[in-house]
Amino acid sequence: MLDKNGIAKRIAKEVQDGYYVNLGIGIPTLVANYVRDDIEVEFQSENGVLGMGPFPFEGEEDADIINAGKQTITTLPGASFFDSATSFSMIRGQHVDLTILGAMEVSEDGDIANWKIPGKMVKGMGGAMDLVASAENIIVAMMHTNRAGASKLLKHCSLPLTGVACVKKVVTNLAVMQVTPNGFKLLERAPGVSVEEIQNATEGHLIIDGDIPEMDL
Amino acid sequence: MINKKVANVQEALEGVSDNMTFMFGGFGLSGIPENSIAELVRLGTKGLKCISNNAGVDDFGLGLLLQGKQIDKMTSSYVGENDEFERQMLSGELEVELIPQGTLAERCRAAQAGFPAIYTPAGYGTEVAEGKETREFDGKMYVLEYAFKADFAFVKAWKGDAAGNLVFKGTARNFNPNMCGAAKITVAEVEELVPVGTLDPNQIHIPGIFVKRIFQGETYEKRIEQRTVRAKAN
Repeated sequence: MLDKNGIAKRIAKEVQDGYYVNLGIGIPTLVANYVRDDIEVEFQSENGVLGMGPFPFEGEEDADIINAGKQTITTLPGASFFDSATSFSMIRGQHVDLTILGAMEVSEDGDIANWKIPGKMVKGMGGAMDLVASAENIIVAMMHTNRAGASKLLKHCSLPLTGVACVKKVVTNLAVMQVTPNGFKLLERAPGVSVEEIQNATEGHLIIDGDIPEMDL
Repeated sequence: MINKKVANVQEALEGVSDNMTFMFGGFGLSGIPENSIAELVRLGTKGLKCISNNAGVDDFGLGLLLQGKQIDKMTSSYVGENDEFERQMLSGELEVELIPQGTLAERCRAAQAGFPAIYTPAGYGTEVAEGKETREFDGKMYVLEYAFKADFAFVKAWKGDAAGNLVFKGTARNFNPNMCGAAKITVAEVEELVPVGTLDPNQIHIPGIFVKRIFQGETYEKRIEQRTVRAKAN
């Protein structure tokens, strides 16, 4: 079974040379730590920066340079700043190659819910609805089950949707799955996790085709 | 040169009154019009309808207007980080319209650019699109979203001149340029008001035509919401 960093490490393998990547808040943010050094990737943050670098050294933080999580960041050579409309032109205009975001629920049709729990949590969708409405390549990073142990991979989402039929791949602490017209196709198991354990933790239709390899981290 | 410079924040906010609709630039606490917000607190203007990506934190940014119960309605994309906001929203004191962040930006830009509405794919198939006109283009569904109508836009830039030209810094730019000229009156506050002619015309982010009034803010706290740092390697 993977921890959050393990999930990020596995997703980092999906990042390819020349990609512009948008990372959501939470586990997706950690992906930047594991991207190979020998490829060129630029991270976009929806609040208006392309070419995000690591956190600043102590004493060098700047209130005018933050990421979408409102954390202080730095920029790398070649970086640019822009306004919010331009930022979402990059996103809706499909100029960003890969979007990685967290979710509360994903359905076997690729629907995603991650912005609201009616009566409990209403923080808002931020840029998530724009991202999932347009991105060609959306990977969800999340735990396979919620804190109560219930599956987050469902037949139908129970929470208000963020987007419809948009998620392409899901990477959890247990498995890597492709969203197909017939359901979640199991691609890889996390180290030490059996197919049966994944099946038991998945409420939506899980397609198990042949031997399922363990993730190569 | 057409002069947009006003003496101070009091003059800049002349004409604001109860029940108006205001736009506020900023993302989180970055790039917010601190001086204009402080003056609105002092004026005690009530019944406000505010368009802003976020709602500040409890004791800073738009949180200050929430504390004084000056806001009736917020249109935002993300409103975490604010307990008083949540309390007022759940108790029904505050009306909240949550919309996708790109839609918020584009509804500002549409108002600025003279478009009555735009079609966006964001939110299609979700509760955000409920009751809204939708249309198919090339096999994909889009939602019709209207340009905002606002009385004042309060924006903050790094540098500006008396002609109203603005230059922003870093990610403090965010929604500020999109809100310039998107309301009846755009009030720009800047950290530094420089003499006309010293800003390079090639480097101006927002031309002065979009700005009605400009002033240099007295002070800027520029509070950091999430201070994240890394250790220096030896």
